[in-house]
Parts: sequence; structure tokens; C-alpha cells
Amino acid sequence: MLTALVDYNSGNLHSAHKAFERMARETGAGTIVVTSEPDVVAKADRIVLPGDGAFPACKKQLFDYTGLFEAISEAVITNGRPFMGICIGMQMMATRGLEYEDTAGFDWIGGEVVKITPSDPALKVPHMGWNNLHISNPHPVLDGVSEGDHAYFVHSYHFKATDPAHRIAHVDYGEEVTAIVARDTMIGCQFHPEKSQRAGLRIVSNFLGWKP
Amino acid sequence: MLKTRIIPCLDVADGRVVKGVNFVDLIDAGDPVESARAYDAAGADELCFLDIHATHENRGTMYDLATRTAEQCFMPLTIGGGVRTTEDVRNLLLAGADKVSFNSAAVADPDVIARAADRFGSQCIVCAIDAKTIAWDEDGTPTKWAIYTHGGRKPALDKDGHPMDAVEFAKLIESKGAGEILLTSMDRDGTRAGFNIAMTRTIADAVKIPVIASGGVGTLDHLVEGVTEGHASAVLAASIFHFGDYTIQEAKDYMASKGIPMRLT
Repeated sequence: MLTALVDYNSGNLHSAHKAFERMARETGAGTIVVTSEPDVVAKADRIVLPGDGAFPACKKQLFDYTGLFEAISEAVITNGRPFMGICIGMQMMATRGLEYEDTAGFDWIGGEVVKITPSDPALKVPHMGWNNLHISNPHPVLDGVSEGDHAYFVHSYHFKATDPAHRIAHVDYGEEVTAIVARDTMIGCQFHPEKSQRAGLRIVSNFLGWKP
Repeated sequence: MLKTRIIPCLDVADGRVVKGVNFVDLIDAGDPVESARAYDAAGADELCFLDIHATHENRGTMYDLATRTAEQCFMPLTIGGGVRTTEDVRNLLLAGADKVSFNSAAVADPDVIARAADRFGSQCIVCAIDAKTIAWDEDGTPTKWAIYTHGGRKPALDKDGHPMDAVEFAKLIESKGAGEILLTSMDRDGTRAGFNIAMTRTIADAVKIPVIASGGVGTLDHLVEGVTEGHASAVLAASIFHFGDYTIQEAKDYMASKGIPMRLT
């Protein structure tokens, strides 16, 4: 089994790579490959889209790789392969992002990526650090992750899903901030599972074994 | 609810921890990766590596260190010291850092923060500010702080030749897109007399981005004060953890007992 971590020249791939490698080794989930090649993505059984940075810059960088998004889209939408987006990789699953400018997303899960606006002005933006998950819709990738478990967040924008059924978990930060979205064979985490110690590694290993 | 972070900081030179680290059962206390693993197991919320030599030759060592640490630790890692360009940021991120901290380079050219934030996002761009008190009111409360660079050896001057004001600089680098400020009081660093609370609070209240309080921790009450009185989002300490005065868990339990939201598991 092959899991492709898509490298589109955005931020920290090393941490994600190491976390997926370790969990693949521990659970016998095959090989993890970091790639920018559409051909490799097309062959992969699972696809992970990480990403750090601003929405417009990440979108542009991804689309600068000829044929890469088309390969991801065909694997996920046409062939129903399991997909995980992390941070910006999750946000790009939305209809559009409003960071700096109005940028079209993949429109895989209806919604907008909007600035976090905590009701309490003392709350800082970015939302940075460990926050505890409130799970509203159970999901196989969250098996063994409990209500209240902590995950590591670092972001200023979040995914407001149009259909509440697509929001799997949120955290409280002066408002309800989306933590996980999911639909069909795709799931997206706003937090960094690769940096979230126990709960994060559990999510990674569950994803590697997920058969939607 | 977002939790207050405790961040142990390791001073690294030529790939080795230089302030003593005194863990029980640690095979090699001078190896940063071993120290990182011990802090990961102890439940630290993040880790900070500071490259104190920050020479060009040392760069390769830091990349290697970031790589080896990321293989072992699944918590966020900030690396700072001698970071000058967006290429430095990219290389450290690729090696395994989660956040990269600018210091002197941002004072010399605040736009480097903007370039790095535009490219990699504010979430991974930290600006370290080292500041000293330069004015007090009649009660002796500090009221003004000036920035120093180059490991605290060089006073920074504004374009009029005056000492660069730490509060104004904090607001400036926030506007350039810094995601976090690591604020070190040079008056307090190494003294174990507690954070410079007036400075921490003034700057934390002046910006929207999180401020990490640093410099001067000697007791667990100091950590509490940094948050309750200094309004810091996170507290950084070195000696009290390295020398085994307190464990991370003891610090977290104590802060929680004072009503601060902490990640206890």
C-alpha cells in the first residue's frame, strides 16, 4: 500500500513525513512517499495534503505543478481514495478562502475559510497552542480519540462548513473554531496531527487503516 | 479552551546543549535530541532550540539537529539564532522545525518578517525580542524598554539614533506578519528573580499575537505571574527544568492549581 504525501513546496513536510512513516511502520500500513509527481499520486492508495502558509500562496504553489491537482482530484473524487488535508491542506477543501483575498478552493466540502474572530478581545490571533477537541460527529478516523483530547493548533483562519454534518469536531476559542471536517472518503484536520503527540498519532494511524 | 504553554528552551552550540541539562536517566545530557525526547515524554507543550553561536558553519548542524529531533518528537519545535533570510526559514522548516525565530535580522530589516510571513504564513514566523529596561517611574516600576541585538551585546537604534523602543517594535513586527513574539528580559535573564512583568504585560497588551515570556524564571510562582500578571500566552524557561528543580508536570500542576488552563494529559 502506498500513501502519497503531496509536496508542493509549502512548509514543513518533514514532521508530517516522520509521523506518517512511524505510524505506517507500527501498523504495517505500507510505504509513505513524499512526491510532487502526478503519476505517483495517481498510483497512491491514500493521499495526504499538508501545508503551511497563506491560502492564496499555497493554492498558487499547488497549481504551479502541472497536472498535480488534476491527479489528486481524480484519485479522490473519481476513484474515492482516502484523502487527508492538514492545516492549509484542509482549508483548501473549502469552496473558497478569504485570507488576504477571495481565492477559490477545491469546493470538495461546501464552506468558507474565514478569519477567527473571538468574542473576547483578550484572545490572541493566531490561535496557537493546545486546545481540547469537542467531537460532534463520530468518525472512524477518530477511533480511540476521546472528547476533550488535546491537539496542537496554529492558524488565524478556520473552515466554516455550510452543512453542519461535515463538521466532525471543533474547539472553543471565543467562538466555535472548526477542528475537523469530513465527507465521503476525505477528512481534513485544522490542527497538526503530526505535532499532537498521542491523539495526533492515533489519528494518523487510523487514517492509514481507514477503509471508507 | 486554549491552554497556556510551557516551553523549555535549549541553548545549542555546535550541535550540543551548552547549559547543563540534568535529567534523570538521560544517557547523554549534552545531546539535544536526547533532551528533546525527555521533554517530549515529560509533556512539554513545545520546545525551543536556540543556536547560540549562529555562525554560518553551524547552520548545517542545526539542520541536522532539526531533522533528528523531528524524527523523535511529536510536539512543535521552534528554532532560532542567526536566522537572516527566507531561505534560512525554508531550510529549517524542511529540516523539521515547525517555527523559525528571527531576532537581529528583523531589527535590521523588519520587512524580512513580511517576506517570510507572505511565503510561509505567520503561523511559523516568530520574532524574538531581547530588551532592557531604560526608564522607571518614581515608584521604580519599569516604563520603557530598549531593544538589543547580537545576543544582547548591541543596542539597537532607531532612524533618529535613539534607543529602539520595544513596544513600538513589537507593534511593527506584528504589522509585518509575525505570528508570535518571544520576549526576553535581558535584565532578568539568568537571575532567577522572575519575569520582567511590567514589560511583558505592556507588550502582550499592545499586540494581538501571542507573547512568550522569557528570562528570569526561578520558581513556579514566576511562571504563574508571567501569565496572570504579565498576560503572556506561554512561558519559556531553561534552568529550572534543565537542572531538575522542577519537572514539567510539577510546573503544569502548580499553574493549574492557580487557575491557569493547562494541558495536563
